[in-house]
Amino acid sequence: MPSASDPAPTLASPRPLPDDWAVKVEDLSVTYRTSVESRPTLKSTLRHLGRRQRTIREIRAVRDVSFDVAHGTVVGIVGMNGAGKSTLMRTIAGILPPTRGRVEVHGRVSTLLALGVGFNADLTGRDNVILGGLAAGLTRAQIEAKYEQIAEFAELEDFMDLPMRRYSSGMYGRLAFSVAVNMEPDILLVDEALSVGDARFKRKSFDKMRELCEQARTIFIVSHALKIMRQLTDEVIWIHEGQMRMRDDPDVVIDAYQEFLGVARNDQIALEDP
Amino acid sequence: MHFGSHAEDEFTSTVHVYEPHRVGLPPLGSYFRELWRRRQFAFELSWSNLRAQHFNTALGQLWLVLNPLFLGLVYFALVTIVSGGSRGSEFLAHLLLGLFAFHLVSGSIRQGSKSVVGGGRLILNTAFPRALLPLSSVLTAFMRFLPTLVVYAVVHAVAGLPVTPQILWAIPILALIVVFATGVTMLVAAVQVYFRDLRQFLPYFLRIWTYASPILYYASEVPEGLRWILYVNPLYPMLASLTDAVNLGLSPSPAFLAWSLVWAVAAVTFGAVFFISREREFAVRL
Repeated sequence: MPSASDPAPTLASPRPLPDDWAVKVEDLSVTYRTSVESRPTLKSTLRHLGRRQRTIREIRAVRDVSFDVAHGTVVGIVGMNGAGKSTLMRTIAGILPPTRGRVEVHGRVSTLLALGVGFNADLTGRDNVILGGLAAGLTRAQIEAKYEQIAEFAELEDFMDLPMRRYSSGMYGRLAFSVAVNMEPDILLVDEALSVGDARFKRKSFDKMRELCEQARTIFIVSHALKIMRQLTDEVIWIHEGQMRMRDDPDVVIDAYQEFLGVARNDQIALEDP
Repeated sequence: MHFGSHAEDEFTSTVHVYEPHRVGLPPLGSYFRELWRRRQFAFELSWSNLRAQHFNTALGQLWLVLNPLFLGLVYFALVTIVSGGSRGSEFLAHLLLGLFAFHLVSGSIRQGSKSVVGGGRLILNTAFPRALLPLSSVLTAFMRFLPTLVVYAVVHAVAGLPVTPQILWAIPILALIVVFATGVTMLVAAVQVYFRDLRQFLPYFLRIWTYASPILYYASEVPEGLRWILYVNPLYPMLASLTDAVNLGLSPSPAFLAWSLVWAVAAVTFGAVFFISREREFAVRL
């Protein structure tokens, strides 16, 4: 978010000094092999083999991407579905290993990729929050210190002690958002999570995001909500077919991206705003 | 984080470096350090699962004792009928011991087969040593096993079986069984990602394995021509040693202990290497 104290980086000098890096990505390529079917079975594999079909497909999700981001920068990532945005985020989070190149991250990362909390719907919201935190490497005491804040922000009250399969999708999203923003990460990765819950909660999460953006945290936001991206980010990276197509001021990149998409600047449906 | 990262204390500054590494295993030193650091996750996951499964039924935790007891009695009735009513309480003690030990293995495999595919969102969104998931399944099976010891102790006393110091051999033997179960569970958890229909075969496979193990019969009753079935069964030396030590109060044969040790080490090595060398792929396979 461009403000007086926080000048937006310009194209001429986008590179921060070495000491200030929060995230440094060098010549990163991520290629992975995945099965053609979403639920591979022995039966389908044998059937494919019998017909001499391939059951494995190679996906070059990210190709030769390099950038570095200074501490305190809010970076937006735009691109079409399947462009490699989520793969890039997961590589920064250490979930997917690079195939070539290198990623260096300075700081503790919290991810909100595709709404992460709630992996086990049989367990309560409380269990899921604690387990998610423990898996992320926090101690029990650290999680308990944050727990009340998380529950309060998510506004789930008694639902925190019910199995998550009783939650509506909005409640899921609220809890996930609350966990990610309240764990006080140095680096926050947010993937498509700006618009969860009802209109009021959207407003509240937008305000919380704005607050976090102002606290000089490093934040990566992947979203199709382009109007919000213009308001929140300091710079935007446009990923197209796994490659970095553009990196510049939010307005410059988003204008170019919208032109590429053929969407008018104020097309409300396409902008997916709250 | 385990992709060759140098993690320091979480709340001071942390630096993570992610680089490609050669095919196969991630750096094992940092992998196991991270695994140990997050061990509480595995315990908490086991507890939460047990709570979710047992705390909201009428008899609650009592089922942890009743289930295996009823199952043992059903098998005992079956075997008594088939063998013409010649089985006594000593045999019941043998059957329950074998059955409970077998369930430690099969329960951990069954739970483990769901552990990675059921960890979907967590695997997609958090970087942590994935081996924690099958390890938690082994823990769950072990926690389910503990109350069955009470059931066994009662039957042991009622049957008037001896209590000797040799009974302490049960501890290392059970440790070998747990290590063996860990290896198989990791293998099954990883294979399940690639072949989702494994879970359909699993119950049948485990049932055949039950019958192929000296649980519903004494190993000495197996006719000469079928003894190879015992010899290829990794659980045979383990269950036979357990029967010797606990049911009969004898020292188990060193040969059987060594045989068990070889199986346990082989299983855990193979299972862990298979799992850990593939776990970085799980996020794109789920």
